[in-house]
Amino acid sequence: MTQEKTKTEKIPRQPMPEQPPEVRRRNFDEVPLGYDAETAAKEAQRCLQCKKPACVTGCPVEVDIPGFIKHVADGDFKTAIRLIWEKNALPAVCGRVCPQEIQCEGLCIVGKKDSPIAIGNLERFVADTERLQGTGDLPAKAPATGKRVAVVGSGPSGLTVAGDLLLKGHSVTLMEAFHKPGGVLIYGIPEFRLPKDIVASEVATLEKLGLEIKCNTVVGRTVSLDELFEEGFDAVYIGVGAGLPVFLNIPGENLNGIYSANEYLTRANLMKGYLYPKYDTPLVRGKNVAVIGAGNVAMDSARTAMRLGAENVRIVYRRSRTEMPARAAEIHHAEEEGIEMYLLTAPIEFIGDDSGHVTAMKCLKMELGEPDASGRRRPVPIEGSEFTLDCDLAVIAVGAGANPLLTQSNPEISLNKWGYITADPETGKTTKKGVWAGGDIVTGSATVILAMGAGRKAADSIHDYLKLGW
Amino acid sequence: MFKIVKRAEMAGGTVIENKIEAPRIAAKAKPGQFVILKADETGERIPLTISDIDPEKGTITVIYMVVGKSTELFKTLKEGDGYQDVIGPLGKPTHVEKLGTVVCVGGGTGVAVLYPITRAFKEAGNKVVSIIGARNKDLLILEDKMKAVSDEFHVCTDDGSYGRKGFVTEVLKEILQKDTVDLAVAIGPVPMMKFVSAITKDFNVKTLVSLNPIMIDGTGMCGGCRVSVGGKTQFACVDGPEFDGHQVDFDNLSSRLRAYAEDERKAHEAFCRVHDAK
Repeated sequence: MTQEKTKTEKIPRQPMPEQPPEVRRRNFDEVPLGYDAETAAKEAQRCLQCKKPACVTGCPVEVDIPGFIKHVADGDFKTAIRLIWEKNALPAVCGRVCPQEIQCEGLCIVGKKDSPIAIGNLERFVADTERLQGTGDLPAKAPATGKRVAVVGSGPSGLTVAGDLLLKGHSVTLMEAFHKPGGVLIYGIPEFRLPKDIVASEVATLEKLGLEIKCNTVVGRTVSLDELFEEGFDAVYIGVGAGLPVFLNIPGENLNGIYSANEYLTRANLMKGYLYPKYDTPLVRGKNVAVIGAGNVAMDSARTAMRLGAENVRIVYRRSRTEMPARAAEIHHAEEEGIEMYLLTAPIEFIGDDSGHVTAMKCLKMELGEPDASGRRRPVPIEGSEFTLDCDLAVIAVGAGANPLLTQSNPEISLNKWGYITADPETGKTTKKGVWAGGDIVTGSATVILAMGAGRKAADSIHDYLKLGW
Repeated sequence: MFKIVKRAEMAGGTVIENKIEAPRIAAKAKPGQFVILKADETGERIPLTISDIDPEKGTITVIYMVVGKSTELFKTLKEGDGYQDVIGPLGKPTHVEKLGTVVCVGGGTGVAVLYPITRAFKEAGNKVVSIIGARNKDLLILEDKMKAVSDEFHVCTDDGSYGRKGFVTEVLKEILQKDTVDLAVAIGPVPMMKFVSAITKDFNVKTLVSLNPIMIDGTGMCGGCRVSVGGKTQFACVDGPEFDGHQVDFDNLSSRLRAYAEDERKAHEAFCRVHDAK
């Protein structure tokens, strides 16, 4: 009888409350509103507390997921966040931007027959609860080692390395080329997906742990790698991201109103162009917007343009829906907000007016042919399918390459044929003694959490080096 | 904060000189490189080529013309005030070597950028012929400094109020007709660099121009400063700012510089209204 009752009262996955699409498409407030304590505890009770949790194997930084969820179920949010901190310095960020569906939640046993436990939503909840109501008690630091580490680049991998090494007792200086720390979390991911206050708060936590941050420092220009060693740093971690925009190389691409996604998002997010004229940096606000590409960055660009008052926002992608690299949730959010998908469509030329501003984009329809080197079916143009889309703002979001600014002046660091740094996948060691690298500058464009995973491994290796040598 | 240790006005207050405390940048900077400045929290990032470097005192000097809201805001900064952010040195330094005769052509505030490059070519043992110009006498800057590092020196004004009446290009043409010139360096308004490059092309004299397109990061990350050079897209921030003047698509550069003209005009007017009211 009791068993019967439990079955009928099985708790469903708790939905995340969100701003309705017709409202949020015109504002920059965060889309999901977060769980309340009651909902979080209810969701946490769904966890089976597996002895050999598959979810943890799907987490690049191996957070003790059942462990923290148990504390949430018990209403002990303070212990929950501290357990996460042992493995993850940026839980408020990861709870929001990790692709949980292909990591922890993708492996959740409950998910085999039902919806998986909402691990991301719970991580976000405990991180937010700590930030808003927490005690601010910091994790314990190991005694000072007297060793100094320079971390170049303040994005997710750099912040992870910094956090880990601080806790291990080393002194860490973070160097950032921009005027604000956070890397892609600040310049790339928009406010409505990752509020900048949250990034600032995660960075502030690291500062309380003793992190020194030097902004406006372009390593490779302001200071060289070798000079860092001369200044007394014992080890250097390079986490500068990919940071080289890829263009289409089609006629008309240098017209005004055509941005790389890097430029568009940096203007909007880092420079707060979406608040223009309160902030001084302008950005083109298009009526008819074309975003070329179909990854998360393309979705972020399209949704930003919609919020800035566009009438039509179109994702233009040369392959089909199946090949779109963006997270399903991002595509879903974008479509709910009225963004149209022009799939199997490839731009071939931009047309401009007399003042040099883009007015239209010529496209070809494509069909899928045989698989190419990436294993995806190659898009092939359909003859005679040319058509023109009105477009007064175009954002090119087809990926990024390796920015050579730092690597070109350091020949001892070997690069692969695309210019990415060759680093040991287990340790992050480069070919230059005392120098580690991780994140997008090693792997090419990937996710926040993979960059953090690389940072974690490198931090362990740097710690070994500082104790034992290269 | 990056403190302004010395401030001067030139050209009737339309051009401002700031000597800024930035020891790390001063230790590294070479002629031809630039910095990005941001005055305050809400400000734009503005690239300015460095016009003087004092590594011992740890200062750099920038000279800018007041043309819009951001430069109006810069103008309000007094000695002792500072810029919230200064980033650099950025871009590639000028490749300076002994070539023989180098003609340095500067227009307007471009002379500020030209000066350290001219001095470097002079110090490398070249015969330096300088031609500087402005719309009128009041707008002419750095005449004495340029004269001091030149073997031969020419001044022109568009209206004839000082020096020779006419454009720098006319003097340049005469020099190219009579002398053998190994390199020309032209820095100034886009039309000036375009016409200088057209003339030197006829005489087959290699010509460097320094470009200052709209820019955000200055590290090759955004592509906003892209210019077409020899039909290929280059980023002024990392591939430049100096390029072969015979290869640059100046018309595209002019057009890209006007990308926000309307926004800039409105922002400038709004700033001046508020500021004048104070």
